[in-house]
Amino acid sequence: MADPMRIRAMLIGDLVEVKVLMAHDMETGQRKDVDGNTVPAHYIVSIGATCNGRTVLSAQWGPSIAKNPFLSFRFRHAKKGDKLTVTWTDTGGDTRTDEVAIG
Amino acid sequence: MINSHRRAFFHVTCRVGLSALMVSFGLRSALSWAAESRPAFESRTLDEVFKALGISHPQQSTDITFKAPEIAENGAVVPLEVESKLPQTRSIILVVEKNPHVMTADFSIPEGTEPFIATRVKVAESSNVHAIVKTDAGAFYATKLVKVTLGGCGG
Amino acid sequence: MSMIRCTTLVSLAVLIVSSPATLRAETSTVDAIAEYHAMFGDENPAELWQLRGKNLWEQPRGPKNVALSKCDLGLGAGVIDGAYAQLPRWFDDTQRVQDLESRLVFCMVTLQGFAEERLLKTRFGDGPKKSELEALTAYLVAASRGHKVAVSLTHPAEQAAYDLGRGAFFYRAGPHDFACATCHGEAGKRIRLQVLPKLTEVEGARSAYTSWPAYRVSQGELRTMEWRLADCFRQQRLPQLKYGSEIAIGLTMFLAKNANGGVMTAPAIKR
Repeated sequence: MADPMRIRAMLIGDLVEVKVLMAHDMETGQRKDVDGNTVPAHYIVSIGATCNGRTVLSAQWGPSIAKNPFLSFRFRHAKKGDKLTVTWTDTGGDTRTDEVAIG
Repeated sequence: MINSHRRAFFHVTCRVGLSALMVSFGLRSALSWAAESRPAFESRTLDEVFKALGISHPQQSTDITFKAPEIAENGAVVPLEVESKLPQTRSIILVVEKNPHVMTADFSIPEGTEPFIATRVKVAESSNVHAIVKTDAGAFYATKLVKVTLGGCGG
Repeated sequence: MSMIRCTTLVSLAVLIVSSPATLRAETSTVDAIAEYHAMFGDENPAELWQLRGKNLWEQPRGPKNVALSKCDLGLGAGVIDGAYAQLPRWFDDTQRVQDLESRLVFCMVTLQGFAEERLLKTRFGDGPKKSELEALTAYLVAASRGHKVAVSLTHPAEQAAYDLGRGAFFYRAGPHDFACATCHGEAGKRIRLQVLPKLTEVEGARSAYTSWPAYRVSQGELRTMEWRLADCFRQQRLPQLKYGSEIAIGLTMFLAKNANGGVMTAPAIKR
């Protein structure tokens, strides 16, 4: 079971600034463990963010995104208290969704 | 044999995951785009990325503000920031030229979202890093050289 | 891993002070590294450990199914604000000086009924093998942010811990005849690009002590003071430092005392 994301969403002027930290090992499939065995690839492949039923960001990722990923983006047309939802899905089919109220 | 089998498995799980996500986002129409765009992630060179993304004549642009550290103390985590001043920016793509998988991320920017992305990437060795911006008027890019030092010990 | 160890050995063997010829190049490199650090801003993955640690602290857990709200970190049962900044300290109930991590083990064993062996097995996390102790430590240390380090040596056992730690800091041993002081007893020393703080004086001790535990970007893990000290022992080729041992707690007491008055900023983000 994946650990929760830490999502910050702050309204600054008419822009919502979003900063997300995700708990994920982002294994590239290139690394070897202490016994010399290749650690299988396991990384987030897609991210989506919605606010008021509207997609505000979607992305495709490869294995080159750093471990415990950080993502920041900015969008308009939202107010304080609106809910922002972020979802990721990884190569193993695991998925995690977290929600935060815009502050 | 094992590799191709695994790859096939990966594609299946990946598509299932994506479709579940896209359905939950009410974005069925985006699914075909998402699935089609994955081949770009198999690219080994920048040219292959351009080809896979259907980009024919990318132009260097100073309207892309691309922040990357000149020296990364550790290549495992390299902060990048991209801001496009180009009209109708539809997506921002990050490519790390010398990584085994050069294609790093493809962010699609819907109406109402700023053409701005900050994230952190892995850079396996000193490498050019490219920020590609797709707009209605074609594709543009900006490039930064990131030098990677090996950390010492301890700290 | 073996490569890291190999370079570590070489680095330690040729520990050097900057030569004038390369000084200018090094200055610009140091500036560039500072710029790299600045780009992280306040966004520290250590927060993912803090989130997990908060849950572990608040949820009823273990064979006895109780929360850690009765755990006394020195300021009373369940009080966490500023508690870390006053550790290590003497505890009447255990009749010993304890640091945060050994205190946590004590609470989890006595209050929640966990087996000590199980807790220590995952004292340091590694990817999918997650450490509850690291997560709890991250959460509890963060609750001391903004507090001044304020350890006391008024109890004789606290003074004894400090003396033991001070002795260990200067004690040369192992195949390289190294002591902590070999690297951290003089100002201006470096290993490659890493400036080594002089831990025997206020400035260096404060900057180092107040920023640990830290998220290590090179490992993608949050590392605690117990890990930091254990890794210093490994680098010196000394026998493995026992978690929660008198030496570990004594060294922590020595460093904390030297850092007294410094404002806690940990968990930090480091290379």
